[in-house]
Amino acid sequence: MARASRAIGDVLLSVENISLGFGGVKALTDISFDIHKGEVRAIIGPNGAGKSSMLNCINGFYHPQQGTITYKGVPRSRMKPHEAAAQGIARTFQNIALFKGMSTLDNIMTGRNLRMKSGLFWQALHWGPALREEIEHRRVVERVIDFLEIQHVRKMPVGQLPYGLQKRVELGRALAAEPELLLLDEPMAGMNIEEKQDMCRFVLDVNDTFGTTICLIEHDMGVVMDISDRVVVLDYGKKIGDGTPEAVKANPDVVAAYLGTAH
Amino acid sequence: MNQGGADIADTFPKLLDRNARTMGDAPAYREKEFGIWQTYDWSRVREETRALAAGLAGLGFRPGDKLIVVGDNRPRLYWAMNAAQCLGGIPVPVYQDAVASEMAYVVEHAEARFAIVENQEQVDKLLEIQRQVPALATIVYEDPRGLRDYRDVASYESVQEKGRAALKATPDLLDAGIAAAKGSDASVMLYTSGTTGRPKGVVLSFDNLRLTAENAARADGLRAGDDLVSYLPMAWVGDHIFSYAQGHAVGLTVNCPESPDTLQADLREIGPTYYFAPPRVLENMITTVTIRMEDAGAFKRRAFRYFMDLARRVGSRLLDGQPVSLADRLQYALGNLLVYAPLKNALGLSRVRVAYTAGEAVGPDIFNFFRSLGINMKQLYGQTEASVFVTQHPNRDVRLETVGKPSPDVELKIADNGEVLFRGPGVFLEYYKNPAATAETKTADGWVHSGDAGFIDEAGHLRIIDRAKDVGKLVDGTLFAPKYIENKLKFFPHINEVVAFGDGRDHVAAFVNVDLTAVGDWAERRDISYASYQELAARPEVLALIRGEIEQVNAELATDPRMAGAQIRRFLVLPKLLDADDGELTRTRKVRRGFIAERYAALVTALYDGSASIHIRTEVTFEDGRKGVVEGDVAIGDATVHPAVLLKKAG
Repeated sequence: MARASRAIGDVLLSVENISLGFGGVKALTDISFDIHKGEVRAIIGPNGAGKSSMLNCINGFYHPQQGTITYKGVPRSRMKPHEAAAQGIARTFQNIALFKGMSTLDNIMTGRNLRMKSGLFWQALHWGPALREEIEHRRVVERVIDFLEIQHVRKMPVGQLPYGLQKRVELGRALAAEPELLLLDEPMAGMNIEEKQDMCRFVLDVNDTFGTTICLIEHDMGVVMDISDRVVVLDYGKKIGDGTPEAVKANPDVVAAYLGTAH
Repeated sequence: MNQGGADIADTFPKLLDRNARTMGDAPAYREKEFGIWQTYDWSRVREETRALAAGLAGLGFRPGDKLIVVGDNRPRLYWAMNAAQCLGGIPVPVYQDAVASEMAYVVEHAEARFAIVENQEQVDKLLEIQRQVPALATIVYEDPRGLRDYRDVASYESVQEKGRAALKATPDLLDAGIAAAKGSDASVMLYTSGTTGRPKGVVLSFDNLRLTAENAARADGLRAGDDLVSYLPMAWVGDHIFSYAQGHAVGLTVNCPESPDTLQADLREIGPTYYFAPPRVLENMITTVTIRMEDAGAFKRRAFRYFMDLARRVGSRLLDGQPVSLADRLQYALGNLLVYAPLKNALGLSRVRVAYTAGEAVGPDIFNFFRSLGINMKQLYGQTEASVFVTQHPNRDVRLETVGKPSPDVELKIADNGEVLFRGPGVFLEYYKNPAATAETKTADGWVHSGDAGFIDEAGHLRIIDRAKDVGKLVDGTLFAPKYIENKLKFFPHINEVVAFGDGRDHVAAFVNVDLTAVGDWAERRDISYASYQELAARPEVLALIRGEIEQVNAELATDPRMAGAQIRRFLVLPKLLDADDGELTRTRKVRRGFIAERYAALVTALYDGSASIHIRTEVTFEDGRKGVVEGDVAIGDATVHPAVLLKKAG
């Protein structure tokens, strides 16, 4: 795939010596890695390796006991998820977390929530500045809908949509926030081949078109190796590999822990 | 230049100028983009078209050049056709779902150097074609999505930008070319899908299209501002005459849906006044309505049934202005309030004044369904070689079994072998680079061999029986009209496609494709499980269902002394859907029976040698061009044949 026009920039986010424990369980031990601006960075590992915990730390949902996370050059102290969102970090979830009874359009609209400036008063009246603002937000949302090719389900309640489309709507909601860093927690889990291909294309297109930095967790090795620039491998909360897909594939520790014996 | 020639708008660029002058702010095109209908008025369309034309000229587009146009119905692609004509070029719209190899033939045969396409999908195909056909030098795309890293292709906007600059420097850059074009010049080249052999490039002149468009519009009472939803392939002559020719000649508003998937919603939002749908689209609509009504509450279901029965009885009569009792009129008015109007609204057909269906025979249930709702649904008979209109139903004189009376200025005659011949203003100039085929189809004095067998009935309406070359005979001499039999079967909602065999055989046998939606729903309601089309098709219950329907058709055939001997004795349900990608159907979804008979020769043999089942292994092509294999046992069903019923003659 020709992706020549992409530029990989400086470090956007770095994770240094992170450790996270729940009581006696060590979820993450002394993890360090970084994410460069504009790249597709994958975190892989067997079940229970600490991948989602890692994402939750970046997202501000968990607070690691040790170590620092530096985002855009600023080391971060205890941070709430909505603060992370305000700084330009958006995410999707392993188990779809959409409002099932709301339409595709409304769900994606919630992605604009943090950017709504008009007060409750005008919003309740749906008039004046609130209306003008909503038109502006709707424009962004419609671009996302067009981008993800979900026009035909625009007005359908997401609960009625097939799984693959729900995943796409969730990606849409994250995109509506116009994030700088997009965290995807197993975006292709449970999909069939065709849905996976579509999703891969959308992830790469997001990366190409908007220059969004992407950090994704994924189980499907084929997907990870095809679309990521660099891969971090976790196992039992420890980092056992980090590098290009080719380098990771050749790393004997990784092969032993995850990929099994070489085929 | 001859006197007054410039005053008559006899080409589409001149018609565009006229429309921009006389109704500049009237909507010419609408396109749903980003969830909103964007409107382009005639002056804007003229400006955009001229900018593109000037840009193309800058890229070296010369008079006589062909412009390949590929994509879903988009205003910018319609403008591109006009832009080519402004430069004395000829647009060649191509079916957007054609695979690269099919498209390559057209590009090469048309000797096209330029192409304007919708998106990356089409750009990829044309780049592939470019390797075999290097003459194709310039590819312009409309939607930049995914094309950032492509070299040697130009965006529509960039071409227009250069064109605008050129027009600023030389404002009369295009004027001489537009004025020089005459009505008798070639306007467009449309490749016919061809049920046999390679596609042929039908060349139509401006006069062909304009006169036919104007005549038909006058007959139907179309006027400027009528709304049309354009969703059928741009490469198909029907869309070209409705959207492009009538769009320009009458000043219709052409509405382009957001995507093929949103068509139903878009149709409802636009509420077209002029509507065209091939029978299969109408059929899908009814299937959807029927399935949804079965899920409705008991009261709604009963109301629906009651009023639909009433509509079937009196709806068509009301539409044709025939006498209907006052009680029925009152009930119909109530039904309109409760059922018909809401239903039409849901289908997006509330405002329809003129609706056409054509292409295939339409089933009585389907046709009457729409007419009984008060929709002025009519049939027409047409061909690419005639610029569509040969015959059409006049308003208020609609008969299901006919295709109507000759369109204005069209003459009809029936040859000795039963073939329909026509002559009129829409008759094509020639098949491009194929004088032999032109001479074979068109006589020196302008009569065209339609290739269809038919006759003119007492009321002066034309009736089509079948393709002339497909009409055959069983060994005992019984007339065998495959399409006649197939159509009778296809009118059952459970049956999607049929191929009947019988010419030179001792009885009639058939391949059947079941309708996945309708039979799937039928199976679901009976707890019959299936995972794929192949599994569903192989269920014995499905075989029994189809047998029942075949026997009904046999009973009907038995009542017609000419057809009683041509009842279906044996049949099978094909394990795969016939598909244009596998070459089994044409792009307009017509059965290519010769090809099918050859490909499934083993199955045909089994139909005639008495075996109860046969093993089959066949290749399928997926949408992305990869190949797969379908394999399994196909059971063959026997159907009861009815004795011929002799209708008593009075006296």
